[in-house]
Amino acid sequence: MSLIEVENLVVRYPVARGIVGTLARRPRRTVHAVDGVSFSLRPGEILALVGESGCGKTTTAQTLLRLVEPEAGSIRFEGRDVTQLSVRELRPLRRRMQLIYQDPYESLDPRLRVRQTVEEPLVVHRAGGSREERARRVREALERVELVPAELFLDRYPHELSGGQRQRVAIAASLVLEPRLLVADEPVSMLDVSVRAGILRLLDGLRDGGLGILMITHDLSTAAHFSDRIAVMYLGRIVEEGPASEVVRNPQHPYTRALLSVVPKRDPRDRMRPQILRGEPPDAVRIPSGCRFHPRCPLAIDACRAQDPPLESPAAVTNGQHVAACILA
Amino acid sequence: MSLLEARELNVWFDLEGGGTLHAVQGVSFALEEGERLGLVGESGCGKTTTALALLGLLPSSAEVAGEVRFHGEDVLAGGEESVRPHRWTDVAMVFQGAMNSFNPVRTVESQIVEALELHAVAEGAVARARAGKLLESVGIPADRARRFPHEFSGGMRQRAAIAMALACEPSVLVADEPTTALDVMVQAQILELLDGLCRDFGLALVLVTHDLPVVAQLCDRAAVMYAGEIVEEGPMERLYHSPRHPYTRLLFAATPDLADDGAPVASIPGAPPRLDRPLVGCPFRPRCDRAFGRCAEERPLLRRVDGSRAACHLNDVPA
Repeated sequence: MSLIEVENLVVRYPVARGIVGTLARRPRRTVHAVDGVSFSLRPGEILALVGESGCGKTTTAQTLLRLVEPEAGSIRFEGRDVTQLSVRELRPLRRRMQLIYQDPYESLDPRLRVRQTVEEPLVVHRAGGSREERARRVREALERVELVPAELFLDRYPHELSGGQRQRVAIAASLVLEPRLLVADEPVSMLDVSVRAGILRLLDGLRDGGLGILMITHDLSTAAHFSDRIAVMYLGRIVEEGPASEVVRNPQHPYTRALLSVVPKRDPRDRMRPQILRGEPPDAVRIPSGCRFHPRCPLAIDACRAQDPPLESPAAVTNGQHVAACILA
Repeated sequence: MSLLEARELNVWFDLEGGGTLHAVQGVSFALEEGERLGLVGESGCGKTTTALALLGLLPSSAEVAGEVRFHGEDVLAGGEESVRPHRWTDVAMVFQGAMNSFNPVRTVESQIVEALELHAVAEGAVARARAGKLLESVGIPADRARRFPHEFSGGMRQRAAIAMALACEPSVLVADEPTTALDVMVQAQILELLDGLCRDFGLALVLVTHDLPVVAQLCDRAAVMYAGEIVEEGPMERLYHSPRHPYTRLLFAATPDLADDGAPVASIPGAPPRLDRPLVGCPFRPRCDRAFGRCAEERPLLRRVDGSRAACHLNDVPA
């Protein structure tokens, strides 16, 4: 069974009209941040949600945890529809879904020692039992994130830790509640290159216990190396999804192809042949008709203006898990 | 004679509560006309401090020793007075986050006009016409010039920041992390722009970044910095295909690559040394996977090896 099953998720934000706009009775406008997103995540799996800023990947993730209210659609977490639950009913579920933020320099309280930071979720959720029990769980969490021996770190403050160590503390604080789902929003983008792989391998190892991870990232290389599946988002929709190596080696959607073509390669002999998309960056207030990518698509034909293509398995693909939303694929 | 040359550049900062931080430790490199050099390293390695030192832009709390030569002339020798005639007119810089440093209540054009007038390049209508040309040269259509910074996308603001740096027609552009906060598609546009500027105007580029693939795609040569010093410097192809310092090799191995999605990505355990106390031996030794006895005792010097320069004792060991 899926750990999480998202169907037709829609999130809209109203655009502030300002005083002049309100007096002039300008029409209300909305940002279609997430516009019909469906995906599922199995226990022990890492799904990377990839896309440029403004594509709706972070909003999607926040909606899963109901930090943002969806307008339509359902989110089934371990079989229960999260969108229908009251705040009270949600509380026990929140322990089982945890979020790791991008910036470990911002996400940790500078006045709290590591011990307190990692213990806090247990206290907040009244989940830790006795003081001794809590201390044991804090120590275990630190060991799981490889901050060993734990004694060396328990009494330190964030400013005494390196960036990588801080992110490990943040992960420990989310693991202490023994979640089933971890949402990691750009977990390594603020870290130095030399420590990134360590954090990503750590996340990778956490799956063994059945933890499902939704990783939000703009970095296709990281997604290719560290996720099982990749979903590419564009203007509030998933436009392509499939096993990571399939999507990277055999991309079907023209947007995915363009995105892959502009990722710089390490080997200077392997010069990029970037297929740079022109035109204005997408505006989620005015979603284009038909295929939302058509104004920037190098392959667009007339039919693309009219038809909104569904996510389907393209003919050129042998893997049934690989889908793309393009009538030409 | 090189276009721009750093010789034995050293920078110290006084720390609050006493002590000094030796941020840049004997950095030397040369840049030829039209050449593109990457200055690569992780946070705290001294790459930005080195870049600022090139333009004499370090705060007065910094102590600077060594030379920065432009066409052979030591521009730092006479302090601010000797460096000012060269700053912006010969060597210009796009600062990290420059795209977010425009004055929000003035149009982009007027801010470039101000730069032109301040440097007595042009005035009034002539300056406005030049500002328009500059913006066009970075891909911003003339009809957009009189807009406010918030009406520009991030990529456009970065283009405008580059245009501003080019106001006095410098021959060297120092760009500090010019694509770091940008999406990959916009990054590709900015890299294409920098590539075109170097090609069309013979501009020489010092690209300061933590991002090796960006340097691999744009630069001819790179200097890899670690703990305030250059540990390896050479043609980009050599650095990637036959690195002569373990840090260079490990840094490439720690960078995931699309073309090689099956290969494991390395991490480098440990952290860089503190620079507020004297370093004994090789600064990379505690994190190095090939360190041996001599590395703990003797600091390796940057020396010629094949077509590169590297600071590693392994290069003295017969293979």
